[in-house]
Amino acid sequence: MSNEAFVYDAVRTPRGKGKKGALHSVKPVSLLTGLIDALRERNPSLDTNRIDDVVVGVVTPVGDQGADIARTAVLAAGLPNTVGGVQLNRFCASGLAAINFAAQQVRSGWEGMVIAGGVESMSRVPMGHDGGAWAMDPATSYDTYFVPQGISADLIATIEGFSRDDVDAYAVRSQQRAALAWKEGRFTRSIVPVRDQNGVLILDHDEHMRPETTAASLGKLNPAFTMMGEAGGFDAVALQKYHAVEKIDHVHTGGNSSGIVDGSALVLVGSEKLGKEMGLTPRARIAAVATSGADPTIMLTGPTPATQKLLALAGLKVGDIDLFELNEAFASVVLKYQRDLGIPSEKLNVNGGAIAMGHPLGATGAMIFGSTLDELERRGAKRAVVTLCIGGGMGVATLIERL
Amino acid sequence: MSDTNTIRWSNEDGIVVLTMDDPDQGANTMNAAYLRSMRETVDRLVAEKDTIKGVILTSAKKTFFAGGDLKDLIQARPEDAERLTTRCNELKAQLRTLETFGRPVVAAINGTALGGGLEIALACHHRIAADVKGSLIGLPEVTLGLLPGGGGTTRTVRMMGIQAALMTVLLQGQRYKVQEAKAAGLVDEVVATVEALVPAAKAWLAANPSAKQPWDQPGYKIPGGTPMTPSFAANLPAFPANLRKQVKGTMPAPRAIMAAAVEGSQVDIDSAFLIETRYFTELAVGQVAKNMTKAFFFDLAAINAGASRPKDQPKTAIKKVAIIGAGMMGAGIAYVCAKAGIEVVLKDVNLEAADKGKAYSQKLVDKGISKGKVGKDKGDALLARITPTAKYEDLAGCDMVIEAVFESVELKHKVFAELQHIVNKEAVLGSNTSTLPITKLAEGVERPADFIGLHFFSPVDKMPLLEIIAGQKTSDATLAKAFDLAAQIGKTPIVVNDSRGFFTSRVIGTFLNEAMAMVGEGLAPASIEQAGAQAGYPATPLSLMDELTLTLPRKIRKEAEAAAKAAGKDFPQHASSGVIDALVETYDRKGRSTGGGFYDYGADGKRTSLWKGLAEHFVKKGHSIPFEDMKERMLFAEALETVKCFDEGVLRTVADANIGSIMGIGFPPWTGGVIQYINGYEGPAGNGPRGFVMRARQLAEKYGKHFSPSASLVAIAEKGALWE
Repeated sequence: MSNEAFVYDAVRTPRGKGKKGALHSVKPVSLLTGLIDALRERNPSLDTNRIDDVVVGVVTPVGDQGADIARTAVLAAGLPNTVGGVQLNRFCASGLAAINFAAQQVRSGWEGMVIAGGVESMSRVPMGHDGGAWAMDPATSYDTYFVPQGISADLIATIEGFSRDDVDAYAVRSQQRAALAWKEGRFTRSIVPVRDQNGVLILDHDEHMRPETTAASLGKLNPAFTMMGEAGGFDAVALQKYHAVEKIDHVHTGGNSSGIVDGSALVLVGSEKLGKEMGLTPRARIAAVATSGADPTIMLTGPTPATQKLLALAGLKVGDIDLFELNEAFASVVLKYQRDLGIPSEKLNVNGGAIAMGHPLGATGAMIFGSTLDELERRGAKRAVVTLCIGGGMGVATLIERL
Repeated sequence: MSDTNTIRWSNEDGIVVLTMDDPDQGANTMNAAYLRSMRETVDRLVAEKDTIKGVILTSAKKTFFAGGDLKDLIQARPEDAERLTTRCNELKAQLRTLETFGRPVVAAINGTALGGGLEIALACHHRIAADVKGSLIGLPEVTLGLLPGGGGTTRTVRMMGIQAALMTVLLQGQRYKVQEAKAAGLVDEVVATVEALVPAAKAWLAANPSAKQPWDQPGYKIPGGTPMTPSFAANLPAFPANLRKQVKGTMPAPRAIMAAAVEGSQVDIDSAFLIETRYFTELAVGQVAKNMTKAFFFDLAAINAGASRPKDQPKTAIKKVAIIGAGMMGAGIAYVCAKAGIEVVLKDVNLEAADKGKAYSQKLVDKGISKGKVGKDKGDALLARITPTAKYEDLAGCDMVIEAVFESVELKHKVFAELQHIVNKEAVLGSNTSTLPITKLAEGVERPADFIGLHFFSPVDKMPLLEIIAGQKTSDATLAKAFDLAAQIGKTPIVVNDSRGFFTSRVIGTFLNEAMAMVGEGLAPASIEQAGAQAGYPATPLSLMDELTLTLPRKIRKEAEAAAKAAGKDFPQHASSGVIDALVETYDRKGRSTGGGFYDYGADGKRTSLWKGLAEHFVKKGHSIPFEDMKERMLFAEALETVKCFDEGVLRTVADANIGSIMGIGFPPWTGGVIQYINGYEGPAGNGPRGFVMRARQLAEKYGKHFSPSASLVAIAEKGALWE
C-alpha cells in the first residue's frame, strides 16, 4: 500500500467580521471544537482513538488563542487523551503549513491520521499582540529592512506598474466571483455553520462580502498605507533597498486588501491504509508540498518561488495545473503571481478570495485548501496549487491531486 | 601612571567630598588611573559607610569631567573586544556601587560634563550644576560614532523613557547649556556659581538622607513603557525605520544606541548595562568610530587650536569689515560678522541692493527673537552694526575687506582698485571667490601680500567652514589675520594654496561629475540619488546639481578648458560634460532656479520628482552596475582628487582635508573626511591605503582612467603606511 497522504475531509466555519460581527462572541477554541464535532459527524466511521495529532496554525497565539490551543481543542472537544495537539505559526500560511506538516507526518509512516488546519479570531486577539522578534527588535528590523506588508504590497504594484485602477479592478472581480460562488452554493460542502452550546445558529455565511462593490465605489477609498509609509519612515526603508524606484505609489486600500475576520478550518489527512481500515473515502492526495522564500522587504513575492519549487518536485508545468489558488492578501500580490507564472485569469482564484471574504490569518490556508478541493471536484478537474504569501518573505505551496 | 590617584577624599562631619583631579592631565578622563581610583573610592565608601552621611562628587578642573579616553579608544581593534568589555563593565560596576551602597550621592557639576562626565553624574542621586558660561552638558558620543557606554544609555532611558532619551539626549548627542540641561531633565538643580555648589549639595543631602535612584525603588516602571507595553509597541516598528530614513544605513552608532535602549528596557538594570557594553564595544572596535573620532575630535581640535595659523604672528581682532556685494553670500557674511560684534559696511552698486542685503540679517534676527533664541536688545545691536551703502567712501576705517561680487576677474579687479586707497592701509583684502585664482585676483591690487581668499559656504550663517586661500604673495601676517577672523566669527578655518577651484569646489565637482556620468551611462537616476544618499552624502548629487545650476559648472569647465588650451595643456573631458551640455542646450533644463533640471519643481518651487526626460533620453532599460560601485565611484572620485590636491601642493594638512571635506562640501561624516576615508578604507581586497589602491584600480578598469591612483598614493600603499 502507498505511503500517500490522502485528504478525507475538509470543513470550515463561515467568516465573521470584526467586533460587531457574529463571531466576536465566540471563543477561538469553540470555533475549533465545532469543526472537530463536524468531522466526527460527517465521518461516523472515523475512529478518534486512531487520530495521532491535531495541528493548528495560529498567527497571534496569545490570549484565548494562546498556549497551544490545539491541545486545548482536543480536550474541549472530548477527543481521546492520546490525541496530541500542536500549534504552529508560519504567519499567513499557518493553516496550509499545518496541512503540509500533517501530510509529511503521514508520509513518514510514523503517524496515520491527523487533523490539520487553523484558527484566528482577529476581532478578539488583534494582529501584532504577540510582540515579535522582528518588528519589535530595532537592530534586527533595521538590518533586514523591515517594512509592514502594506508597504510591500504597494512596492510590488509600483515596480510592476499596477495602477490603482488595476488593483481595484481585481478587487471587484474577487467580490463578483465570491458572490457568484456563494449564490451557486459552491462552498456548501465545506461550510459548517457556527452554533452556540444550545445549538442555536450564530453564523452560516461570510459576513465580509460586499457584492455591490464597483470600481467607482472602490475608487473613493483613501490609500491605507500612505501615512505609514511617510511618517513611519517605511517608504524610505523600502526605497533604500529598491533604489531604482523613485517613490512608492500607494494603491492599496481597505477595499483591495484582505479583510480582517474571524474563522477556522480543519482538514482530515491520513494514510491510505488507515482510511481503508476505517472505511473512509479519500477525496484527493497531497501530491507535493514546498516552502520557499524571497526578499523580506518586498515580502509578498514568496508564492512564485514556492510554486516553482512545488512544480519542479512534482515534475509538472504551469499548464498541467487546473486551478491556482493564491491567498488575496493584497491585489498586487495576486497580479504579480499571475504575471510571474503566466496563469490565465479563469484558472486563478476562481471563487474569489480574501479581498471579498476576509483572511482569518491562521485559518486561511486550510480554508482555501478546502474550497479549492471542492472546486476541483465540482469541475471534475485533477490538479490544483494552493499557495499564500507570508510575512518575512516566505511562500508555501501545496499540490492537490484528485484520485 | 596607573599609580596616580585621580579622586581626592575628604570627610567632614560625615559628608565625603570626592574631588576628581587627575594630576597628570588638564582634564579628567576615564583613563586607567581613573578606573583604579574610582574602584578604591567606592570600596572605601562601602567600608566606611557607617561614618558617612552623604557624598558629594565634584571636580577641581575647569570642566567637571571630559569623558572617555579617546586616545586609547581610537586604538581599539576587534581583538580588544574582551578587554574593552571587561573594562566597560568594571567602570559601570563601580558607578553602580556608588548609587547603591546606601548613602545619598550628589554630583556637584562645576563645569562641562559631556559624555563620560555626565555618565558619572547620572549615577548620582541628584545633580546640581553651576550655571557657568560655556559649560555644556550632554552625551555627544554619537557624534564620535560611539554610544554612552558608561551607563548613560541605560540610565537616561530609565530617567526619561526610551523615546525621550533617544530624541533629546542619545541619538543627536545634544550639548546643552546648563539651564537647557535642567529643562531636558539631565540635571535637577542649577546654582549661579561654583561656590554655591557644595552648600546646595549639603542641603540636599541633609534633606534626603536615604535617597535611592528611581529604578531602585519598588514598583518602578520605565516612563512611556517598553516593547511589552501595547501603546509603546504600536509605535516601535517605526523607530528603526525613521532612523534608517535619516541616517540611510551609514552610521552604526545611532542603530546601536537605539538597540541598546530598547533591548535594555526589557531587562533589569544590571542586564541592561551588559547589553549597553556589548553595543559600545561593537562600535568602539569598528572603523567608523575611529573615523569620526579622528575627524571630529582630533582633527577639529588641531584646527581650532590653530595648527595651521602662522606662528609668531600677533593675535588681531577685526573691528570693521567692508563687505562688497550684498547678494546672498555678502548678506550672509555681513550677518555672521555683525553677530560677532564686528562693525560692517555692506556695499552694493545701489543703496536698494545694499538694504536688501541687510534685510537678510533682519530676517534672521526676527526669526531668532520669535524663537526666543535672541534677545531684542542683542538683535537690535546686531542690526545697528550693519551699515548699508552704495558709496566707496563709506569704507574708510575698515581693517578688512570681504569682496563677494559676481565671479569675474575684471569686475573684482575694478572693485579692489576703487577701494584699496579708501580702507585702512594694512587692511586685509579678502575675496569670497569660490573658484578664481587668488594670485590672479591679487594682480589687481597694489598690496598683493595683503590679498587672500576667504571662501565662505552657503548659507553662511549655518555652514561652519571658512576655506582660506593663500595666493603666491599672501603674507603670513595676512594669513594669521584671516585665521583670527575665523575665530572671531566662530568658523572653522582650513587653509589651502591657490589653484583653480582651490580644494573644496574642485573636489565636490568630481562627486557631481561622477553622478552625472552615471546618468550618461544610462543608470537609473533614482539609483544614482540613492547611491549618493546611502554613501552618506547629506544632499543627493542630482538634486544638488539643480541647486547649483547646471550652467555654473559648465561655465567653470569652459574657463578651465580655455585656460588649459592657452597653457598648451590637454583638457581631458569627463563623461559628465555630455550630460550637462545635453540638459542645458538640448532640453533647456538648467537647474532649479530656471524651473527644472534633473528634477521637476512645483509652482511653490518644491522638488516634485525626477524629470521624466531622464528616463526617456538617458536611461538604458535593464542596465545596472553593482550598487556598491555607484556609491564608491562618488567617494573615490573625491578622495582621489584630494590626493591630487596634495600632490599639487594645494592642501597643507590632512586635518584640513578631512574637516574641509565634511564641513564644506558634505563628504560623508562616517568616513572621517576625505583622507581618513582612504586611511580607514575597508574594502573587498584589503583595508587602508593598500585596499583603497586595489579598489581604485578595479574602478579604473571598469569606469575610466580617472580612478587610477596617483604615484604618491601607490607609494604609501606599497609601504603599508597611512596618508599623513
